[in-house]
Amino acid sequence: MSELVVAEATIKPQRRLTRGQLIWRRFLRNKTAVFGAAGIIFLVLLALLGPHLLYWKFDDIDTGAFLAPPDSAHLLGTTQAGRDVLALTVRGLSKSLLIGFLVALMSTSIAALVGASAAYLGGWYERAMLWIIDLLLVIPSFFLIAVASRGAPEGDASWLILVVLLAAFAWPLSARVVRSMTLSIREREYVLAAKFMGLSAFRIIVRHILPNASSLLIIDAALGVGYAILSETGLSYFGFGVQAPDTSLGTLIGEGSTMATTFPWIFLGPATVLVFLVMCVNAVGDGLRDALDPSSASGGRA
Amino acid sequence: MLRYIGKRLLNYVVLLYVAVSLTYFLAATQLNPRALFALRQPPIPPQIVEAQLRQYNLSDQVPLLERYWIWLTGVFHGDWGYSPLGVSVAEQISTRMWVSLRLLLIGTLAGILIGVAVGAWTATRQYMPSDRTITALSLLIISTPAFVVGTVTQMMAISVNNATGSRFFEFIGETGDVGNYPLADLVDRAQHLLLPTLVLILLGATSMSRIQRNLMLDSLGADFVRTARAKGLRQSKAVMKHALRTALIPTGTYLAYSVATMFVGATFTERIFSFPGIGQYGVDTITNRDVNGVVAVTAFAGVCVLVGGILSDIMVAILDPRVRLA
Repeated sequence: MSELVVAEATIKPQRRLTRGQLIWRRFLRNKTAVFGAAGIIFLVLLALLGPHLLYWKFDDIDTGAFLAPPDSAHLLGTTQAGRDVLALTVRGLSKSLLIGFLVALMSTSIAALVGASAAYLGGWYERAMLWIIDLLLVIPSFFLIAVASRGAPEGDASWLILVVLLAAFAWPLSARVVRSMTLSIREREYVLAAKFMGLSAFRIIVRHILPNASSLLIIDAALGVGYAILSETGLSYFGFGVQAPDTSLGTLIGEGSTMATTFPWIFLGPATVLVFLVMCVNAVGDGLRDALDPSSASGGRA
Repeated sequence: MLRYIGKRLLNYVVLLYVAVSLTYFLAATQLNPRALFALRQPPIPPQIVEAQLRQYNLSDQVPLLERYWIWLTGVFHGDWGYSPLGVSVAEQISTRMWVSLRLLLIGTLAGILIGVAVGAWTATRQYMPSDRTITALSLLIISTPAFVVGTVTQMMAISVNNATGSRFFEFIGETGDVGNYPLADLVDRAQHLLLPTLVLILLGATSMSRIQRNLMLDSLGADFVRTARAKGLRQSKAVMKHALRTALIPTGTYLAYSVATMFVGATFTERIFSFPGIGQYGVDTITNRDVNGVVAVTAFAGVCVLVGGILSDIMVAILDPRVRLA
């Protein structure tokens, strides 16, 4: 009898999961994260297709409807200038999404390169980088970005300058974490082997150190998107970020919140979209952290 | 030990000096105070504009380094300069500082206390319905920017006011119509503080409860808590005396840090509820192209961050015997 059981157990095909499949399964198990991912896909589609499907363009002015409440012509009402709130919200959403993802990508890349190179090269370079990180953490970034964006040249590409500014102040904390991780990775055998084979420092960092810190970098980028969107909308709320005639969710909320008690629709539309967007991004970030972190208990068994 | 502390303090001072100087260069080159006078009707003669700008050390025709030197020697004599329209920066900061303090002290402290309590409680009930509900709620609130929370609070307060026909909820400024009864002044201030404080508590408590929940989960699973149970302590006592105490060490450092930095942390709340505090001043100086004002706010914020850092170091030493004895 017992022999039969053993035989059965050995015959039963042992499916081996690759790391990617494992992470994918763990992510799918987290219902909040899956919901968040679906939400982000929906919002990206809305931002991409919305301008083609909607009747009103974001810079159209309907001279027959100023501050009109939501009706069949304007689903979310119009602003003081007669612009359609739904079209503006879709436009602002695409700008906020673009800025959020670009800033997260840039700041994580800077953090990865600076943190890993500081730990790998050591010496005066490491001390200098750590000092710069401390410096950037002392400066209140919100005010500095606002000051710098006030003097920036205006025009269609001015939002790109905002992306650079936001990224320039977003990387220091993650760079510190990457550095402390690299400190242990650089002592591993495969890094030493690569070093003694004569690979350049840059190649070792990019090919051997950063891939082994990839879980951290993915989590950092995912959580960075939410942070970047909140920073951008915060600046735009005060009128420092995205400049007119272009618009972002922050600009719209800033405009709407001054009249929120009498004409609530200008505020409610963009605010709901923003909260939903950030919630989805945070849910995906948390889900990725649980799925990628090997010490995380919430992933359960493979 | 003293040498170590001295070296660290010196490093902080150098850091602050470089940060503030960089801010000065950035603000002086980017803000262009001359533009303030360009749109005036009737137009102001250029000589008068130039004279006014030179009087406050703001003219872009003076070399940048010369302006910087004048500003720096002024700062060492305690003079933080004037706005382009001649308002003293030091005076603004010293009055607005107290406005921020009055607004933020209760909200920040209560937010942290409530956050710690909620976080510790949900950690002991991990994955139960109450924990899941609070986790979902906090995901919602963390994803909501302060300016949305503030505006929604205002809208709800107005609809309550309209429904009851009263003016119980006040949301503009620090003081308003003072009634004619004993302690009316105090009641009026409390009414104005109520909504912004609620917003601050909501935002602060949510993020704190997430941090505290994670800390508490770590310490609940620790060996010393099991040991405490094994030697016969009741669960409540093991949790309160052994788990919570250890989980409060990082919270103590966070508390010290956030009390020091709260002055500049509530820009949105100050703006929405029209409290003329430091955060609001920082935004106003940038809008009004006030170079000296921006630099002073940055310096103030930098001092807050560094004092917060030092306070949290001291707090760790007080709370954690391992650090103190090492």
